[in-house]
Order: sequence, then C-alpha cells, then structure tokens
Amino acid sequence: MSSAKAAGSAPGKEVSTSAFNVHEIRKDFPILHTEVHGKPLVYLDNAASTQKPQCVIDKVAEYYSATNANIHRGVHLLSQKATLEYEGVREKLAAYLNASSSKEIIFTRGTTEAINLVAYSYGRKYIHEGDEIIISYLEHHSNIVPWQMLCEEKKAVLKVIRMDDNGDLDMDHFHSLLSEKTKFISVVHVSNALGTVNPVEEIIRAAKERGIPVLVDGAQSVQHQHIDVRALGCDFFVFSAHKLYAPTGVGVLYGRKELLEKMPPYQGGGDMIASVSFEKTTYNELPYKFEAGTPNIEGVIGLGPALDYIQKLGFDAIQNYENDLLVYTGKILRGTPGVKLLGEPKVRSSVYSFQLEGIHPHDTGTILDLEGVAIRTGHHCAQPVMKRLGVPATARVSISFYNTKEEIDYFALSLQKVFEVFK
Amino acid sequence: MNPELRELYQQVILDHYKDPRNYKVMEPHTHHAEGHNPLCGDQVEIFLKVEDNVIKDISFQGNGCAISKSSASLMTAFVKGRTVEDVQKDFDHFHALVMGGEISDEDREQLGKLAVLEGVKEFPMRVKCASLAWHTLIAAIKNEHEKVITE
Ligand SMILES: Cc1ncc(COP(=O)(O)O)c(C=O)c1O
Repeated sequence: MSSAKAAGSAPGKEVSTSAFNVHEIRKDFPILHTEVHGKPLVYLDNAASTQKPQCVIDKVAEYYSATNANIHRGVHLLSQKATLEYEGVREKLAAYLNASSSKEIIFTRGTTEAINLVAYSYGRKYIHEGDEIIISYLEHHSNIVPWQMLCEEKKAVLKVIRMDDNGDLDMDHFHSLLSEKTKFISVVHVSNALGTVNPVEEIIRAAKERGIPVLVDGAQSVQHQHIDVRALGCDFFVFSAHKLYAPTGVGVLYGRKELLEKMPPYQGGGDMIASVSFEKTTYNELPYKFEAGTPNIEGVIGLGPALDYIQKLGFDAIQNYENDLLVYTGKILRGTPGVKLLGEPKVRSSVYSFQLEGIHPHDTGTILDLEGVAIRTGHHCAQPVMKRLGVPATARVSISFYNTKEEIDYFALSLQKVFEVFK
Repeated sequence: MNPELRELYQQVILDHYKDPRNYKVMEPHTHHAEGHNPLCGDQVEIFLKVEDNVIKDISFQGNGCAISKSSASLMTAFVKGRTVEDVQKDFDHFHALVMGGEISDEDREQLGKLAVLEGVKEFPMRVKCASLAWHTLIAAIKNEHEKVITE
C-alpha cells in the first residue's frame, strides 16, 4: 500500500517505475484504445470497476466456445472440464490469499453479497439483543446496511468509529468502543470515497485480544496490495472480482474454516446440500454449503487469468508504479487553483476526491466525459462520509497501473475546460 | 467548445445557477415537499403559496448541479401565477422536452425560457437533474392536506 507522503520524499523510485513498461501493459487492455465522444478514453474510474486484460476476455469467450456446461453435476466431459476450471480458480485464490485451505474460499455475487452472507449467517446465529457491532464512518453502504438490518432484527447496537477532518479513523475512539458487548467488527480496508488506508492490523490485533471476529472489506485494497489473510489475521476478507481486472458478478468471501463451519447456510437450494428429503436435509460441506444454485461460472473462470496477470506484474512493481502516479496526481490537483481536495489521509491508496470551486461534481463529470475522461461523481455509496465532510457529492479520480502521467496531464487540461464553461 | 456542451450549459442556465431566483425558505406556505435524487445526492425543497387553485408564490432551496439548480430556478419563475391544472400540463410538456419526446410547436412556445433546458436530452444521465424540481413541485401540490395539517 502506498503512502503518498513517504513516496513523495523518495524520488529515487523513478528507476524502478521506468522498468515498469506501462505502454506494453496498455496493449493488454483493448478498451484503453477506444474513443468516447470522439476523444481517446482516459479511464480514471478504477475504484468503481477496473478494465479487463485480453487474457480475461479470451478466457470467458473460450469458456463459452469450448467448455460451457454446468458444474458439480453430470458425468459428461464438458461438465467435468468446467468443474475443474472453476475449482481450479478456488485453489488459485486460496494460494493467492494464503488461506489455509480452498474450503475457506466462497464465491458470491460480489463484495455486497459476501458481507450480507456473513451478516445473515453468522449474525443471525451469534448476535443477540444488546450485543454491539462496530463499523466505521468510512464504510461503503454495503458494509453499513446489512449490519443495520441485523441490529434492527436482533435489537443489537451498531457502533461507528469516528473519523477526523482528514478522513482518518479516530483510533482512540475505536479502542474506547471495545467492550464485552462487542460481538463483531466489520471495517473497510481502503475507503472508496477518500482513499484512506485504514489501520486494520491494529483493529484486528485489538479484536483478537478479546476474541471478537473481524471482517475486512477489501474491495479497494486487493487490487493494490498483496493480501495475506493469515498474516493479516482477520476472520473474514471480502472483495469483488470486477475491481480486480476480472468479470463482474463474482465476489470472494474468505472465511476462517473454524467460523464457516459453525455458521448455518445462507441460501438453500441445489449444490449446498448433501441429501434432501422432506423429513430432513443435510447440508454439504464447505465451501459448497454457502454456494446454493448455479454460480457465475464464466465469471469465476475469468478470474483465474486475472490473478495470473497480476502475479506476473507483481505487487512490488505495481505499487511502485501506482504510488508514483498517485503522488503525481496529488501534485497536479494541489497545484491547480480552484481545486479543493476532500480528505488528507495519512496513508492513501489510488483515490483522490475533490471539488472544483463553485461547480457541482456532476457538471464536472459531464464536461470531463465529453473530453473522454471517465471519473466518478456523486456520494460514492458513502453518504455518511459526505455528510461528515459537509458536501453532497465529490468528483473522484482513481488510478490503476495502466494509467499514465500523460493521462493525468490530459485530465488536468480537461479540468481547465470545466472552469472555462463556468467562468 | 463542443457544441453539445454549449447547448447544455447555455448562458441562461449558468446565470440561474449562479444567481438562482426565488431561492429561500418561504414562511408561511400552504404546500411543501422535498425532492431527493439518491443517485447523486441532489436535494431540493419547494415551498408554495396556493390560493384559489393558483400558485401565488413559490420558492426553493437545496443543492445540486447547474442543471438541477437552474431548472428549479427557471421553474419557480415560470409557474408563478399559473393554476394547478396548468402546472400539471406544463410538467408533461417539460418532461417531453427534456426526454426528447413528442412536443407540439405550440406547447414548446408555451414553455418559453424553459426551452433552454432542451439540451439535456442529449445527456440521458442528466435528465433526472432537470426534472427533479418538477417532480418535487407536483408532489408538493399533491401533498396539500398532509402538509397544511402538519405545518
Ligand atoms: C469499499 C467498498 N465496499 C464494497 C463495495 C461493493 O462492491 P460490489 O458492488 O461489487 O458488491 C465497493 C464497491 O464500490 C467498495 O468500494
């Protein structure tokens, strides 16, 4: 993970950045060579979703051209092939995340469903009246609402770690929230709204001392840093494949086996059972217990080459490059009169939220779009953060390793067009 | 500058954005409604004074983009003095205008200055910005009894 400040004071990193051949890498992403509104696409909305390398696109096409069949059923060859490939990605993920077994990897529809699964299954069994669940101010709505629903049903209490004006969590407040009533902690690793990298290690350490399970929402961290779930020590880690250069409609829930085993199923249906009769149904073992029905087979299979691709680039190189670009973007934004940055977190990853003076982010977004620049505008599904900062919405740029300094320069030039319209 | 962009951000729109008309809380009022676009966080509040079925006075407050704010401002100037029935028709015509739907020359004429918002039809993602104030106005009119009682 990149520390904007640390990297800013280390100009020596230039060498390793140039070794990272971004122009070669860009060739792997066909969409980066398209035009929008007659202008070359400058895609700076990577926190919303990342683009897909050709190897992922090819894999999905190949699956439908040569393999398509349902998995875990049927003795025919195609079904066997599809099952092998699907389960192969589970194995690959277990190694990638350093899980202790592939049984700890559950496929879902996305981060959102993974969090809902835990809130529903773990929550409804182990959270009771008067218990407390801790989340933070920086959560995406998907890590707020499922817990609110649970708390409402169970008459449990939702506690929220405060954040300061810079967009950093108030860790003293966090520690003061811990008590014997605390029964679950669910926190975002990296904020999608401000780019804050949260000290999840500290949170997990404090939770472990008290035996409190922790879920880490890694939707915005898994594509920018190497995740080792055992080193991190969390009980659950969730993310969406579509933000990791892989297809949409696939999420990953890593859960510690010990916890997953004592959790009841989330949905009932095919695949999640061992045997069904009208008198009694017994559930399948992990991970199938949590995967009812036909999953997004091509999406999971498409995640395989995305993982290979990232591993080939390597996170050392990715982080070096992204960090350099992030610092560059920050310099440009800070150096542009009329730009107001929202959030100055101690450690930042990939994201800058900003406003142009006197101009609503929506107008900024529309005008940039006509210049070919794709950014996100709005509340970023993090309304509490917006409210805390006293703004209804922000404009957000979020970078990936396939973006270039030239693109950031072009983005800066396009900001001047926005000012021009409103002058 | 890109012609679509010029069309979208005409001088009149920028003028109403920077200097919105009837921009205040109005007390007392007979009708009131809040409109919210959860997708982008735009918010608008409409206050009305309706007498004998005529909109005697109207004001608004809120925050939003240039399109939503200027649309609200232009709307308040436009509907003052019109009847509740007129306004319902105006809404339909305005909606057709910004959606790129069918609209007769006569109806377009009737909309007067509001026609500056027609450029929005080239930007499907922005149509809801232009129509938020209108939806809120209609809601305010319909909520008469509820609001009159509570306020
Ligand atoms: C931090 C964070 N959590 C959760 C989500 C939800 O992910 P998905 O919509 O893929 O389920 C996102 C996506 O924007 C996110 O950024």
